[in-house]
Amino acid sequence: MNSQTNALPVSELQKIALRLRREIVQMIFTAGSGHPGGSLSSVEILTTLYFRVLRHNHTDPYWPDRDRFILSKGHVAPVLYATLAECGYLPIEELQTLRKLGSRLQGHSEHSLPGVEMSAGSLGQGLSFGIGCALAARLDKKDYRTYVLLGDGECDEGQVWEAAMSAPHHKLDNLVAIVDKNGLQIDGFTKDVLNTEPLSDKFRAFGWHTIDIDGHDFNQLIDAFEHARTVKRQPVAIIAKTIKGKGVSFMENNVDFHGKAPNAAQLEIALKELV
Amino acid sequence: MAGKASLREAYGKTLLELGKTNPDIVALDADLSKSTMTLFFAKEFPERFFECGISEQNMMGVAAGLACCGKIPFASTFAVFAPGRCFDQIRVSIAQSHHNVKIVTTHGGLTVGEDGGSHQAIEDLSLVTSMPGMTVIVPADAIETAQVIKTAAATKGPFYIRLSRMEWPLVNDESYKFQLGKAALLRQGKQATIIAMGLMVATALEAADKMKLDGIDCRVLNMATLKPIDAQAIVQAARETGAIVTVEEHLEHGGLGSAVAEVLAKTVPTPMQFVGVKDVYGQSGKPLELLEKYGLTAKEIEQATRRVITRKSL
Repeated sequence: MNSQTNALPVSELQKIALRLRREIVQMIFTAGSGHPGGSLSSVEILTTLYFRVLRHNHTDPYWPDRDRFILSKGHVAPVLYATLAECGYLPIEELQTLRKLGSRLQGHSEHSLPGVEMSAGSLGQGLSFGIGCALAARLDKKDYRTYVLLGDGECDEGQVWEAAMSAPHHKLDNLVAIVDKNGLQIDGFTKDVLNTEPLSDKFRAFGWHTIDIDGHDFNQLIDAFEHARTVKRQPVAIIAKTIKGKGVSFMENNVDFHGKAPNAAQLEIALKELV
Repeated sequence: MAGKASLREAYGKTLLELGKTNPDIVALDADLSKSTMTLFFAKEFPERFFECGISEQNMMGVAAGLACCGKIPFASTFAVFAPGRCFDQIRVSIAQSHHNVKIVTTHGGLTVGEDGGSHQAIEDLSLVTSMPGMTVIVPADAIETAQVIKTAAATKGPFYIRLSRMEWPLVNDESYKFQLGKAALLRQGKQATIIAMGLMVATALEAADKMKLDGIDCRVLNMATLKPIDAQAIVQAARETGAIVTVEEHLEHGGLGSAVAEVLAKTVPTPMQFVGVKDVYGQSGKPLELLEKYGLTAKEIEQATRRVITRKSL
């Protein structure tokens, strides 16, 4: 089977998640800048996708029948790079080139890196792109599925809601949006900056089948993605409640670590905690 | 000149024709399919036509996703709405990844007419030419439009093609062969070169033919491909005629005149005159009244040409 999807048990997924978290803080430290908060909040989501859900093959990143993962919140590129490295798309050592001149690992994820479907960084664009992928699959009568990861702060962008209207209009049941609802954005708590809640109600009102879960609970994530496959003639939005900076005590729920690298002392503490 | 024809109708018919032979061609529109003429395609291939409603940002993203999965999307709206309403989506979702999306806009320039300034795209070309890797074409007539659309479908990479609302005199006959990135020489001449694009090519020919009667011998180039621009033809014209006039239904800033001036400043500094919209927005009026009001006429071209010729000896 031309696929890397494997039914790793949750205990294995937990080990992978831990490794990803360590890689994320390490590579952002080395880069001297980057976005740890939202990368850490998305770790279980990407781990579940790449090791339990997606049909993909790291030796053939452009395999036409692969499932598509679209990272819309491109500033959390570190979690995507760490996951792709863990899958074998790139060498683990390359993670330390993040944000350096000439590196394939751009500050915000770019399509030029095999495994990255869309260039992102300007928020709000991924869901539309995912609709395009889902429509193409349907036209070609292919069964690949498209998964788009957004942030709750990102849902401030009007384009998200243009796309949210469009996907149910086209009855795209091969499209899943996951919102990493960590409740924080650059200027503060999402509820204070621009309240996007109630997110589930909004997506439902736009015609989506919605599933609310704890975005750090592998069992809930696995169940949600399995359930999403059974929904017909409707796209699915998984609203995943998460903790920004999850796993590193001083980064958790701390808006200061939205887009700031840890210093050497902080890295040491983080790596001690991530065991 | 042999009659008038609609550029956007030529687009709609050509897209339909391409759709019949290439199943990968898909079309998108933002609630303007009757005006952009993607409706022809939509009626024949409803499953390959995606009506996006009045949401240009989403449309560009959807087009990028379709292109990424092997389709050849033609995304259409008015020139004022793309890039106006979706510059960043074209930049990030399409241009930065060099996705194979063909943005074909209609109702470019002042000749939109009565709808007024909000609907008259006079800065669109400045915006799209600013994007690395974007091919930008402004066809002069219906015959050229059909060929440009076919070329775009057959050439990988992002394209922006700007068409007009008006029916317009044909400047080419059926033997014309559009060449991507090459200016078309429409009149040979020695005293000055008029470089025009879009609807202004017909107007430039009118001016050149009138001046010819007065013994002024002008070369006329149709610079349909604004980007990548045909620097070789520009340099040759500058060397051989020593004076250049650019003519465009666009702001003087950031369009054809700017692009030609860039080439000449780097190679053969040459006296130039610019015929285009000065630093103002348009207004309601009949298309020809507007062209008169904003100085896009054969008379203005003639004056600019006579002026630039006098500057040659300075």
